[in-house]
Amino acid sequence: MVCVAWMTVFTGSDLTCRRGERLVFADLAFEAHPGDALMLRGRNGAGKSSLLRLMAGLSEPLTGSICWKNQNIRHDLPAHRARLQYLGHQDAVKPVLTVRDNLRLWASLRDVDNSDAAIDYALNALGILHLAKTSGRFLSSGQKRRTALARILIGECDLWLLDEPTVGLDRESCADLARIIDDFRARGGIVVYSTHIDLDVGSPRSVDLDEFAMPMFDWLAQDHDFDDGDENDDETGTTAKSRSPAHDFSGIA
Amino acid sequence: MHRFAKPSVFLKLASAVMPWAIGITVLTLAVGLYLALVVSPADYQQGDTVRIMYIHVPAAWMGLFCYVGMAICGAMSLIWKHPLADIAARATAPIGATFTALCLITGSLWGEPMWGTWWVWDARLTSMLILLFLYLGYMALVNAFDDPERGSKAGSALALVGVINVPIVKFSVDWWNTLHQPASVARMGGPSIDPSMLWPLFLIAVGFTGYYVIVLILRVRLELNERRIRALQLSGIGEDSPGNAQPAYNPEQAGAGK
Amino acid sequence: MKILMAILARDLRLALRQGADSIMVVAFFIVTTTLFPFGVGPEANILARIASGVIWVSALLAAMLSLERVFQTDFEDGTLELLSLSPVPLELVVLGKVLAHWLTTGLPLIIAAPLMAVMLNMNSAGFGTLMLAMLVGTPALSLIGAIGAALILGARRGGVLVSVLVLPLYIPVLIFGAGAVEAALLGLPAGEHIQIMGAILLLTLALAPFAAARALRLAVE
Repeated sequence: MVCVAWMTVFTGSDLTCRRGERLVFADLAFEAHPGDALMLRGRNGAGKSSLLRLMAGLSEPLTGSICWKNQNIRHDLPAHRARLQYLGHQDAVKPVLTVRDNLRLWASLRDVDNSDAAIDYALNALGILHLAKTSGRFLSSGQKRRTALARILIGECDLWLLDEPTVGLDRESCADLARIIDDFRARGGIVVYSTHIDLDVGSPRSVDLDEFAMPMFDWLAQDHDFDDGDENDDETGTTAKSRSPAHDFSGIA
Repeated sequence: MHRFAKPSVFLKLASAVMPWAIGITVLTLAVGLYLALVVSPADYQQGDTVRIMYIHVPAAWMGLFCYVGMAICGAMSLIWKHPLADIAARATAPIGATFTALCLITGSLWGEPMWGTWWVWDARLTSMLILLFLYLGYMALVNAFDDPERGSKAGSALALVGVINVPIVKFSVDWWNTLHQPASVARMGGPSIDPSMLWPLFLIAVGFTGYYVIVLILRVRLELNERRIRALQLSGIGEDSPGNAQPAYNPEQAGAGK
Repeated sequence: MKILMAILARDLRLALRQGADSIMVVAFFIVTTTLFPFGVGPEANILARIASGVIWVSALLAAMLSLERVFQTDFEDGTLELLSLSPVPLELVVLGKVLAHWLTTGLPLIIAAPLMAVMLNMNSAGFGTLMLAMLVGTPALSLIGAIGAALILGARRGGVLVSVLVLPLYIPVLIFGAGAVEAALLGLPAGEHIQIMGAILLLTLALAPFAAARALRLAVE
């Protein structure tokens, strides 16, 4: 798998994704330049979260590759992890820790020099600075979501992967979020997000995952035969070999 | 390495191997049992009970052999993501557990006339008992997940941890108690038991291995067919299931599509 | 090192705030040990004979009891996913969490052990060795247990499952741990046992973080 588009930074090609034993999407491709926002659309189960997890390197595509500057992300996952911030469905807010303490761990894992200042900045951007000393258990779900969003502002990075960032947010917070995303893009960051409400982000490219849905039956009919991933390796060798052993044995028998 | 990975290739190969495996198994077991039960001499101390050994010892070998095989399959599945390795590891576990249990049961039957008790906490029997626990743990883990693939992967990791642990357990149990007669077949400087006893042992071990191959092939086939059925169910033939792209009203899409 | 300390500090803080976990472990240990005299009778010499084994088995069970929680809450609230996406090696995270687990369960057990030894009428000659053996043995228990705790994430009946997976792997620690105390009670040198336990500890320290990290990646995949 070679990444052809060398002027773009973040690309994916020929992606097929399987969750459990179900085919989610096939032959998906995307590309993003610095400053781009990629909006993922699609029905429930179309694979928005799965694609974001592939992009984060959490799971591995069945076929195809995702590249950062022409380098397959799976070849150097630690470097990829250092350049991305991921927001999942869950907020990862511990009920017994204060908002500040919750964020402090992520600051220390990203080796942020002045972590208190970075946390203050992030909390301020999301309008929850006044909650800094509140325990997680007293937060409303929208406040928890904003705490989780504050996390992605801590530390330098080039790529945001946001899975339904607007869940639980009110209209004002959504506007805050859109502004934060545009700030990040202005600094050259790439944002990939999935959402089911309108987020007022300037000129996003949109990827409609429904276009890449392939009925599982069609996919099975392509004679993949439940084989996982190595048909590129020795397709010709396989067909040749598949015949010979049977022949040999029947000859002896 | 990946040549046999394709299930279709495996199935072809398996049906080619199958008659041979059956033939070898039946032949070696028949000859081995005849030699063991009729031809070989009774022990001058233990009498005819020594013949339990011809089942007991090969079963113990197979118990260990299957565990190592399972760990190798586990390593193949974790390192090369080999799809059949998972299935093979899963399919091996119950066979290995059965051989281990067989070894324990025959050991107990043999112990009664020899030591006058059904169970002794002897080092080798205890090791086999722990091996049985490891098998049971593996099988429990593999079946505890809703997604069978996730279960297999967790099981593979456990099998690898277990295989590192088996020698340590063996060593510590040996340290803990040694009551059993010293190992007598695989000893340095050649086997110490009579060839008339060694041959049936060897033949039955080969027969057990053949049996293992047969059951393994059957179980892998079964698993492949089950996967096929599940995939066909998911593909939603004849009904509209979530796996099928049905044009339907979708409020989410309507909202996002502005 | 800084990362290790950060993880450790956070987990310890969580344990302290949520409280009860270490106290429950010690309580479980004491209650389990107390059951044995009811089972085998109160004769002092019988109790003295089985004391080291009873204490070790109870400690094993107590350490295992809290294992399920090591990664479970982080797995459920999404923290684990983020930890595995952070640029730091997951092995280090595992090590930090295991250390926190040991400090909150292993250490209290070591302190409670001599108390139970007194109640079981163990000869005081064995106390020092018992504590030393537990000091070397319990970290190995936490390390081995972390593998099991990582493997069962997302499984049904995780709590029971972890015991089936982990207890057979605990046997060597039990054998040498109880053996050391037995030797000390008989007036023999226990150094050899302790050394082997040290070897087991080093081996698990070298391997367990990698195995557990691998299992965690499987869980969040």
